[in-house]
Amino acid sequence: MVETVPTATNSPNVQLHQVGKPLIRTDAPNKAYGNTLYAGDLMMPGMLYAKVFRADRPSALIVKVDTARARALEGVRCVLTAWDLPDRLVVTDIPGQTGGKTKNTAQPILAKERVRFFNEPIALIAADSEEIAASARDLIEVEYAPFPGVFDRAEALTAGAPLVDGDANVVAAYKIRKGDTERGFEEADLVIENSFRTQVQEQAFLEPEAGLAWMDDKNVLNIKVSTQVVEHFRAIADALGIPHNRVHIEAMYVGGGFGGKEGLTIEMMLALLAYNTRKPVRLVLTREESFVNHGNRHPFTLHYRSGVKKDGRITAMEVRLIADSGAYSKLSPYVLLYATVGAPGPYKVDNLKVDSVVAATNNLSTCAFRGFGTMQACVAYEGQMDEIAKSLGLTPLEVRQKNFIHTGDKNATGQKIESAVWSEQCAIQALEALGERAKGNDVVKIGRGLACYQQSYGRIRWFKDSSEAWVGIEVDGTVIVRCAVTDIGAGQSSSLAQIAAEVLGVPMEKVVTYFGDCTLNPLAGTSSASRALYMTGNATKMAATKVRDNLLEWAGRHFQVPPDDLQLVEFRVTAISDPARSMPIDELARRCAADGVHRHHLAMFKAPTSEGLDPETGQGEVFPDFTYGAHACEVAVDTETGEVTVLKSVGAHDVGQSLNPQSVAGQIEGSALMGQGFALCEEIIQRNGVLVTPSFSEYLIPTSEDVPETKAIILESRSGLGPFGSKGMGEPAFAPVAASIANAVADAIGVRIFELPITSEKVINALARKASGQVKMH
Amino acid sequence: METSKAIKLKVNGKQLELLAAPNSTLLEILRNNGHVEVKCGCEKGDCGACAVILDGEAVDSCLTLAWIADGSEVQTVKGIGTEATPHPLQTAFIEEGSVQCGYCIPGIIVAAKVLLDENPDPTDSDIRVALSGNLCRCTGYTRIFSAIHKAAQVMREGAQKNG
Repeated sequence: MVETVPTATNSPNVQLHQVGKPLIRTDAPNKAYGNTLYAGDLMMPGMLYAKVFRADRPSALIVKVDTARARALEGVRCVLTAWDLPDRLVVTDIPGQTGGKTKNTAQPILAKERVRFFNEPIALIAADSEEIAASARDLIEVEYAPFPGVFDRAEALTAGAPLVDGDANVVAAYKIRKGDTERGFEEADLVIENSFRTQVQEQAFLEPEAGLAWMDDKNVLNIKVSTQVVEHFRAIADALGIPHNRVHIEAMYVGGGFGGKEGLTIEMMLALLAYNTRKPVRLVLTREESFVNHGNRHPFTLHYRSGVKKDGRITAMEVRLIADSGAYSKLSPYVLLYATVGAPGPYKVDNLKVDSVVAATNNLSTCAFRGFGTMQACVAYEGQMDEIAKSLGLTPLEVRQKNFIHTGDKNATGQKIESAVWSEQCAIQALEALGERAKGNDVVKIGRGLACYQQSYGRIRWFKDSSEAWVGIEVDGTVIVRCAVTDIGAGQSSSLAQIAAEVLGVPMEKVVTYFGDCTLNPLAGTSSASRALYMTGNATKMAATKVRDNLLEWAGRHFQVPPDDLQLVEFRVTAISDPARSMPIDELARRCAADGVHRHHLAMFKAPTSEGLDPETGQGEVFPDFTYGAHACEVAVDTETGEVTVLKSVGAHDVGQSLNPQSVAGQIEGSALMGQGFALCEEIIQRNGVLVTPSFSEYLIPTSEDVPETKAIILESRSGLGPFGSKGMGEPAFAPVAASIANAVADAIGVRIFELPITSEKVINALARKASGQVKMH
Repeated sequence: METSKAIKLKVNGKQLELLAAPNSTLLEILRNNGHVEVKCGCEKGDCGACAVILDGEAVDSCLTLAWIADGSEVQTVKGIGTEATPHPLQTAFIEEGSVQCGYCIPGIIVAAKVLLDENPDPTDSDIRVALSGNLCRCTGYTRIFSAIHKAAQVMREGAQKNG
């Protein structure tokens, strides 16, 4: 059913003992036994229970908030509104870093004069029980006055549209000007122009936002929470007006994030209630609250105009992108930047013009979600590639082969690609793995789709990203890794244990990773942007290597051999030239300790930086590096019902070096199904800003019955910037999936559906358009 | 409104008397009494994170009123196996890399246990149907399916040896 093919090609002669092996993840056993505690499982003596009162409409003026009856209810300990928190704003610029305030990035913690989106929080309640808190919430009354809202991103950008905040609804805009598009289109034999639309997708992590906060006996505000970013302690301290060193956030094992727990989740609400009551406070969101609490995937309109020669070479490309940020910008400027830079895909386009804009509306917020703008662009540029291939009578692979970017080429913003670009190998392997084509019939049509991509890993260069980790070895030979990275389910902490084990020659079970604690561990930055392994893995490897150097220096003196003649393998230090000179690592550590050798080290890894883009041309270095790969699939489309069934789904990716092939395959397989949901069934629907898909009953994600034959193909160029040459994989595996399915459906029925998700209704309508001859023919 | 009453539940082999209001769900009283291995994902029977075995049947504990469970026997993931005495399903989930964030796993192991109790040699299709009430967002289910096949095989071989 599942086949993983680790393909070590172009491997330098590196002997790895623990990296690259399908080891059991350190977190897996306790999760399987039900022992793992998540943030919502925590309780403290005397704790209070919190509830959030939210607006019942997307756009209104707030005339009055009456909390008197709620406050009077027995057992209610605290009710907070914006009037209790004068001018308190949350600035979301760069999560985890102290960024400056840019347009619309300051969001009120609680709505005051105005409601700008459906279910915006207005009041917080803490009470002796969950039931009392809920009753108090029902007693809060708000008097609203009408205020016009805007719910369409294009309309929001027109003159006279209601303003969401400030003096314009433009949250951010970018442009890329490269080469001469006019000349490029003149040289073209064929010009193909299409508009694509993508929808709002919900992260749908299984664990709703949850946490527990309390003031301790050091007057420190402690928050244990489900989050991707412990560095939010700074935003919380600033909002409360207390010093940064008095907020201590600990991320528990997170029950899924996918970007939805990158912004503040509920830690600010917990902080305010615990700080004001001086009691432990617990808040666990319901599924319905979770849907409105975090920003979802940005919906995009993507207009592409491509000029090509008869042989398939792209001579020019013009792209216009419009995205919807919802009421507050959150990370919208960056999501748009990713889409803008990623607009041409993994292709060399010398004459390129991109104009992009993200608009504020009164829709639900959008923010970070796996793929972060890049995957939306992929739906469009890969749709264009197939339309070009169809028009020119080329295969989808042939047209891509004419245009792939290669190592040493410059990408859309003029950044030279230094690492391996194995798009072609990945595409060929993914297509081959589809095997024999299924047989269709008059009703059921079979189609195949391919999609390639370019997805960055690591944060934007001008964020000047860094990560720290501390590694130490105890005198019994056990190893401690301390790193504040959050573990959101992809095996972040386990990977660090594996790296330390590899470098120090101890079995993985001898390593404990202390993670997710912003005070007691060195700060590592966010688990986002496919950066966790790249950044924290490098920091851990650096720290472990320094400890190793210290141990080997002592051992070299002891055994009277040069340190580079020594190896640390299988819990022993041994001289390669004379294996009789050897001792177990616990003895080595003990004797080093007795001699005062430093057995621990704090290391900082710094990502490559740049100073930003030229605002007129969009040229400059944006990301540290990129991952390349392909996804191929086969679908069956029932032309009577419009139902699309994915039969086979294959992801083939150059991951640089897989640390744990099982985990890498897990990312690819999970991405295949999440991407399938985006392609076929998932859509957050709002009517004039009001959510009409508020739970898993209305918002459908793929289930066990929708799983196709799934295959993960891992290629290893060892050319990445991560530890041992690895590249980021959390987002790349997801980036091409939906595009490949959309392409497969078009292949099956001979007509393209330009708007995701591809529901049965859209298939039937497209077939009707085709039958009536309304389909544009090239 | 009627007041709370004590209900009798045998949870993972241990007889308990727990106070439950008429509108309390089995999920609430289990979690409020320390059984936080039973996860809450939606409270309306969509996600299966709260699945437990109630008198041999896999149920969503969020949809089961506590009073209805009075006198019943409940098994959670912790009752199915522990680190000292792991169930073959748990061992297979660990070895196959079937666990990512892990939040759905307690419910999925419950659903899989009931399946294997009834059907020691399930087909792919049997497994898909048995898990259709359990959402997992991380894994794409593929490694969950392979772990269930593996556990089933281990259990069949064990049964043959013992039989």
